Amino acid sequence: MGIHATEVTAEHGRGRTADSEDAPLLQVKDLHVEFRTRDGLAKAVNGVNYSVRAGETLAILGESGSGKSVSSQAVMGILDSPPGFVTGGEIVFKDQDLLKLSSEQRRKIRGTQMAMIFQDALSSLNPVHTVGTQLGEMFRVHRGTSKAEAKKKAVELMERVGIPAAKERVNQYPHQFSGGMRQRIMIAMALALEPDLIIADEPTTALDVTVQAQVMELLADLQREYNMGLILITHDLGVVADVADKIAVMYAGRIVETAPVHELYKRPAHPYTRGLLDSIPRLDQKGQELYAIKGLPPNLLRIPSGCAFNPRCPMAQEICRSEVPPLHAVTEADGAPIEGRGSACHFWKETIHG
Amino acid sequence: MAEPTAAEVAIEAVMEKPVERGEPILQVRNLEKYFPLTQGILIKRQIGAVKAVDGVSFDLHQGETLGIVGESGCGKSTLAKVLMNLEPATAGQVLYKGEDIAGVSGRALKAIRRNIQMVFQDPYTSLNPRMTVGDIIGEPFEIHPEVAPKGDRRKAVQDLLDVVGLNPEYINRYPHQFSGGQRQRIGIARGLALKPEIIICDEPVSALDVSVQAQVINLLEQLQNEFNLSYMFIAHDLSIVRHISDRVGVMYLGKLVEIGTDEEIYEHPTHPYTQALLSAVPVPDPEGREGRERIILAGDIPSPANPPSGCRFRTRCFKAQERCAVEEPLLAIPEWFRGQDTPAAHESACHFAEDVDVVGAKGNGANGSDANGDGGETPEA
Repeated sequence: MGIHATEVTAEHGRGRTADSEDAPLLQVKDLHVEFRTRDGLAKAVNGVNYSVRAGETLAILGESGSGKSVSSQAVMGILDSPPGFVTGGEIVFKDQDLLKLSSEQRRKIRGTQMAMIFQDALSSLNPVHTVGTQLGEMFRVHRGTSKAEAKKKAVELMERVGIPAAKERVNQYPHQFSGGMRQRIMIAMALALEPDLIIADEPTTALDVTVQAQVMELLADLQREYNMGLILITHDLGVVADVADKIAVMYAGRIVETAPVHELYKRPAHPYTRGLLDSIPRLDQKGQELYAIKGLPPNLLRIPSGCAFNPRCPMAQEICRSEVPPLHAVTEADGAPIEGRGSACHFWKETIHG
Repeated sequence: MAEPTAAEVAIEAVMEKPVERGEPILQVRNLEKYFPLTQGILIKRQIGAVKAVDGVSFDLHQGETLGIVGESGCGKSTLAKVLMNLEPATAGQVLYKGEDIAGVSGRALKAIRRNIQMVFQDPYTSLNPRMTVGDIIGEPFEIHPEVAPKGDRRKAVQDLLDVVGLNPEYINRYPHQFSGGQRQRIGIARGLALKPEIIICDEPVSALDVSVQAQVINLLEQLQNEFNLSYMFIAHDLSIVRHISDRVGVMYLGKLVEIGTDEEIYEHPTHPYTQALLSAVPVPDPEGREGRERIILAGDIPSPANPPSGCRFRTRCFKAQERCAVEEPLLAIPEWFRGQDTPAAHESACHFAEDVDVVGAKGNGANGSDANGDGGETPEA
């Protein structure tokens, strides 16, 4: 067993146990979300499928308006409704379809079994309560602990996420903390009841690079320690490469490519992913023009017919304008399957194998 | 109209003077900007100062791009505002073609603003929502009518729209009808309107989507070649700064800690802060993540109202010793590198500067094991 464990560790390099027979912790099936606005129907999420296992990190990569945040808000059950409505699909969490539960039942799951970390910690924390009160609230509401006990737990949590002088700082207000420290408090709050799944929506985007590295490392450590599933929502290709196990790339409300992290960067199978990777400045391209994806991301009120990426795609053909490409299973040139890879492009073969 | 003073005449005279490519066009010397901290409501007493920019010196050469990187709060945006004379400098000199322009006003300031323009970070707040694109881009002509006579203005604005890659027919549209990337193009067109020599870009692509950033960067480079512009490019994204810059300066807590060519800074950083900054940047290459050595700094940036004594970085530095608390390191080529033909011989403000290739940038980047390969000579403490 010991030898086996080492093998697994070496193979993944991340020190997690891969128990592939286990059912996924979370499975999102054919999720549809739309916003009914004054200007019309905005189709934010159009048939998204993904799954996360315990101890695994799934990164959802996309630009603004790609539906990456909306789909995870639907999973958490915190979608603003109206105008947002889940119009189809299933969200199976621990063998339970969350969409069939009452709002009271879902509220009990939030915080205890799944939790979320937001981008902007300052606006996510209540400015008129001390951080201790806000952290302790988790225990008081969900566990019914006494005030004194809750405060003690809040101090423990703050120490766990590396906030110095936690005993004194527990009585301070959010504005008295720096950006990195506030994000640590957000993480502490999400972790408070040891949930099985954490959704982190751009957790480090508002932070400086040196602080970003501290926070990402903390998050990865805690994930390993508690064997949690982590969904990391981001637009930063660098952050994804650093922490994710697998990636789903979203564009105009659909997943256009899924892949294990090493595979995606080595050989993308969707022209959009390839365009994103090519537009990162590289050393050998200094002084040359950067590759740029032409055009603009689509307006969700008027998603182009066929493949939503076709007006910006260098490979677009007639079929791309008429037919929506399904998520094809991506295989090697000789037809051997590649674990976990898919591409929603009619020409994925040409994209990956050239 | 009042008679122009001698200084104004001198500045106006120097405006038209051509500068050879590669010669300094802007020289900044010991520039300081302090914001006073006051206490009391009726009787305000000054109890201290936030030293946002504290003794910064550098040259900007004609036709080059100087990148300035640093974290939030390091003073890089304040520096831009002081250079633009949007904030008065507390002390120091800004020499534009040899004439000091820090703190000028009136006619001279107006003349200088024609030659030094700025592109702002947020294209959503830097354009007036009630003005049409034509009015926004044409507004500089109202202040400097000599650039485009009244009858020609509409044509001039349409030409500018064309130059930045927007449809000239959009002249009567309002900013909300454009996407972020297009708005930034409008901001750039406004900056170009008066045919300036220097453009200060303050985080020009940070607010844009990844796929659009590359478009705007390409536009800036193309315009630089076309109009022979000098850029000061302020950003926190190190890979973009490297791509566009000829030279790079690294700021920490109001001071420049290291400055050199892009190769010197990225491949041979000698200041521990630059090294930490480079090693902390997430690299979009999963192959590198296991091998790469990361320097993760402890703690946050100290308050600029009460900076640490000696070297300002010492509270977070992994090399800090007693000397760092007492003696402030000056920005200069370290003695032990002086006179050597090595890329490590560039200005760095550290007592213990040594050449460390933190990102393995010279190799293929796939393997970080040679991170300490060519360590320079370490001075004896």
